[in-house]
Amino acid sequence: MLEIRDVSKTFFPNTVNERKALRGIDLHLDEGDFVTVIGSNGAGKSTVLNTIAGKLTPDTGSVSVAGKDVTKMADHRRAQWIGRVFQDPTAGTAPNLTIQENMALAFRRGHVRGLAAGVSKSRKDLFREALTTLELGLENRLTTKVGLLSGGQRQALSLLMATFSGPKILLLDEHTAALDPSRAELVTRLTEQVVAEHRLTTLMVTHNMDQALQVGNRLIMMHDGEIILELDEQEKAGKTAQDLLAEFGKIKGAVVDDKTMLQ
Amino acid sequence: MISALELGLVYAVMALGVYLTFRILNFPDLTVDGSYTSGAATAAILITNGTHWALAMVAAFFVGTAAGLITGLLHTKGKIDGLLAGILTMIALYSVNLRIMGGANIPLLGQDTLFSGLAGFGVGRNWQSVAVLFVLVFVLKLVLDWFLHTDMGLALQATGDNEEMIRSYGVSTDRMKILGLMLSNGLVALCGSAMAQYQGFSDISMGIGLILVGLASVIVGQAIFGTRTVFIATFAVIVGAVLYRVIIQLALNAGLNPNDMKLISAALVVLALLLPQFGIAKRLSIRSRATADSSSPAAVDAEADAPTPQEATRA
Repeated sequence: MLEIRDVSKTFFPNTVNERKALRGIDLHLDEGDFVTVIGSNGAGKSTVLNTIAGKLTPDTGSVSVAGKDVTKMADHRRAQWIGRVFQDPTAGTAPNLTIQENMALAFRRGHVRGLAAGVSKSRKDLFREALTTLELGLENRLTTKVGLLSGGQRQALSLLMATFSGPKILLLDEHTAALDPSRAELVTRLTEQVVAEHRLTTLMVTHNMDQALQVGNRLIMMHDGEIILELDEQEKAGKTAQDLLAEFGKIKGAVVDDKTMLQ
Repeated sequence: MISALELGLVYAVMALGVYLTFRILNFPDLTVDGSYTSGAATAAILITNGTHWALAMVAAFFVGTAAGLITGLLHTKGKIDGLLAGILTMIALYSVNLRIMGGANIPLLGQDTLFSGLAGFGVGRNWQSVAVLFVLVFVLKLVLDWFLHTDMGLALQATGDNEEMIRSYGVSTDRMKILGLMLSNGLVALCGSAMAQYQGFSDISMGIGLILVGLASVIVGQAIFGTRTVFIATFAVIVGAVLYRVIIQLALNAGLNPNDMKLISAALVVLALLLPQFGIAKRLSIRSRATADSSSPAAVDAEADAPTPQEATRA
């Protein structure tokens, strides 16, 4: 479903600030795969997501979605297949539009936006039904402006909007990191629920190792622009956050060793 | 006072255009100073050459959309800053407008115009003409309201509200900005064509400082009525445009020098922009600064999350 081949990306090339964000990443996701991505700051997690979404064009390599090469396609054009939820709860919704208008915007993903009413009666019923699954009572507040909702509510709504128009791939960029623990738990639960329901191929970046182990069927660890560890469903099952940290320390240690040897 | 109301209602068409860019797209478009005169020039030259005034106004609308298209292309494809893109088009239009008119002004005396047409239907230049103009402007407002609630219109609104988000739902925000600028300048040029007919001539300098009139109308109107819904917001713009003309009229009646008009306009806009900051107009408008409102609940959440257990396990 998602194929990333030998993708490299360097920021500010040939300057003192040059930074190799990705060094030849290969990643393959089958339909229905739910992969969690962990790694330190600057490991390249978000760069991978931005490359898939089309916000960044890779220097080398290719990205294909459902067998279609999208490496050079503009972000808004490939958005017909790719749903995104951002870390910032304000990023995924339009604050001055109402809940139902935001739903209408999401509803038309991948369709031509013409002069039909954005919120018709039949669509309203559909939106209400979808919002009910969040169990936040938003289905009774269809005409409330989204800017008046709390961060947790907005993030739950963003998640629903990103998924209910049937994308092929769902990208989650630390989408629970800016929420308080109980709200983060709610959004995590909703994520698992919605991914299972639509059998979405999902890539989820997280800083939370417990969350990374708890959800999804695969896990990858990134460091310094490379994937340094891949766990499949069975390997992942027995692991704890401590195991991951130990693993991380070992590999990071190796990197340090390399450096000392060079000196 | 009748003429102030009439003028205000004619200006309301332009103010609705400014509302589209300034409020909906969040784009300060200065093209309007030029496209307004373009509309007037186009209508004037067509009418004096025997074209029906209605057709001339339609042509003026399309000339305006062309001006908006150029600003839009400069900004989106050329990646020129929005303010500068507008200024460039505005300055260029000065020459274009002279070319259209073949001179600095065209008188429309004795020609068949929108207003002579109204008189032909027995509409007197009193409350009747005010009522007719109000109905026409109100219908235009309703059409705009309808458009902004279509799939396309919502995408346009979202482009000004959260560009990143609407791109992630497959909308080309470049195309939406161009569309918004075209519609806006089309309305402004339409207003220019009506104004030329109202005052009986088209003049090269008639658009100078017009953006201030538009901004004043939008800001004053929305400070009073708020922007809770599009329906209210566009109505506020119309009232703002009329109110602005009434204020100017009162200022002139009070003995102020007509040469100081632009200074008064600028002062009025500054006043309308500053008052909400001092909390005086805050109680009047329910929601005028939406961005400030919208970020606050989420920001609270983000702050509250700082010392969570998640941090402990962060690699």
